[in-house]
Amino acid sequence: MPVSATNSQVVYDALKANEIQVISALPETWLVHLMRLAEDDPAVHLVRLAKEEEGVGISAGAYLAGAKSAMLMQNHGFLQSVNGIVSLAHLYRIPLLMLISYRGEFGERDPWQTEGGGYTEAVLQALRIPFRRLDEPAQVAQRVRQAQTLAYSSLRPVALLLCRDLMWEE
Amino acid sequence: MLRIDALQAIYYRLENCVVVTIMGAVAAELQSIGHRPNFFYLQHAMGLASSMGLGIALTRPELQVVVLDGDGSVLMNLGGLTTLARYKPRNLLHVIFDNESLLSVGGFPTATSTGSDLAGIAREAGVPRTSVAHTLEDFSAAFDEALAAQTLTTIVAKVEASGPKAFVTDLPLLENRFQFQRHLRTLGKQE
Repeated sequence: MPVSATNSQVVYDALKANEIQVISALPETWLVHLMRLAEDDPAVHLVRLAKEEEGVGISAGAYLAGAKSAMLMQNHGFLQSVNGIVSLAHLYRIPLLMLISYRGEFGERDPWQTEGGGYTEAVLQALRIPFRRLDEPAQVAQRVRQAQTLAYSSLRPVALLLCRDLMWEE
Repeated sequence: MLRIDALQAIYYRLENCVVVTIMGAVAAELQSIGHRPNFFYLQHAMGLASSMGLGIALTRPELQVVVLDGDGSVLMNLGGLTTLARYKPRNLLHVIFDNESLLSVGGFPTATSTGSDLAGIAREAGVPRTSVAHTLEDFSAAFDEALAAQTLTTIVAKVEASGPKAFVTDLPLLENRFQFQRHLRTLGKQE
């Protein structure tokens, strides 16, 4: 499976550098290494979800309780979480750090992933969620740090798009 | 059993807990008994109260968390029961007030009115302690036993489909949110 273990480690290190204690996730191919890293890390609570919207609740609870968290999800999981983002995170001004695997862009081979890619950025914009792409490992540490900083200063969700050139090696 | 009587019966025990409620009648009735800074009312995002409780319980194991949920909300996030059961936080007590109805939007019957059994669903999801309470005495006793057991518990309290006349209270949502966050921080300092 050509998911980049090296770049997954770069992303994970960036989360750790930002003192992330809770990671919620639902399995998706591009996230497998990140989830294993979280699972093997005794300093992190990995919460495996049944559906991504739960992660909004878990992150909100962790935040109000004083813990930093991140959400790992596919873009279809982001689409699935929209009501939780609007009626919990936005309504109550809760910062969320969402790492969204950006399936369905150029190079996508799975036909079932092609539809969601076309809506991802438009929905982020409609929800007024600031987002940046992560295409190269050299961008990761700084953009994760900046994303976390903005989430906490604005008390709003932010998103980082885990893109094909970063996550996939072939 | 009336929900407000059930809330009244456990109210003094909630003083030392961190409480997350759902929207509608549960939030309004608990506030009518008396708001406290350790109470957070999730006034939308139906289904996510138990997920918030899990987020608090996992990160603050020294705190006893009580989630006051409802049948309509739980039915929107049945998968969340499997997530609770997967991590089994010992410090989380999940109460579901089941009035078999979406009361605040006109009283339309939910699936618990046609036989869906939320305690059974929670049990088979893997929640280690579950019970159903039909009377105030049963509910109060089950609540005390759950706190003493220090094991993830779901109590389904069967209540009548009646509630307050109004659901909007004089506590703004953001005031509640910032007060609750500050209060949890204070609890940490006392440790």
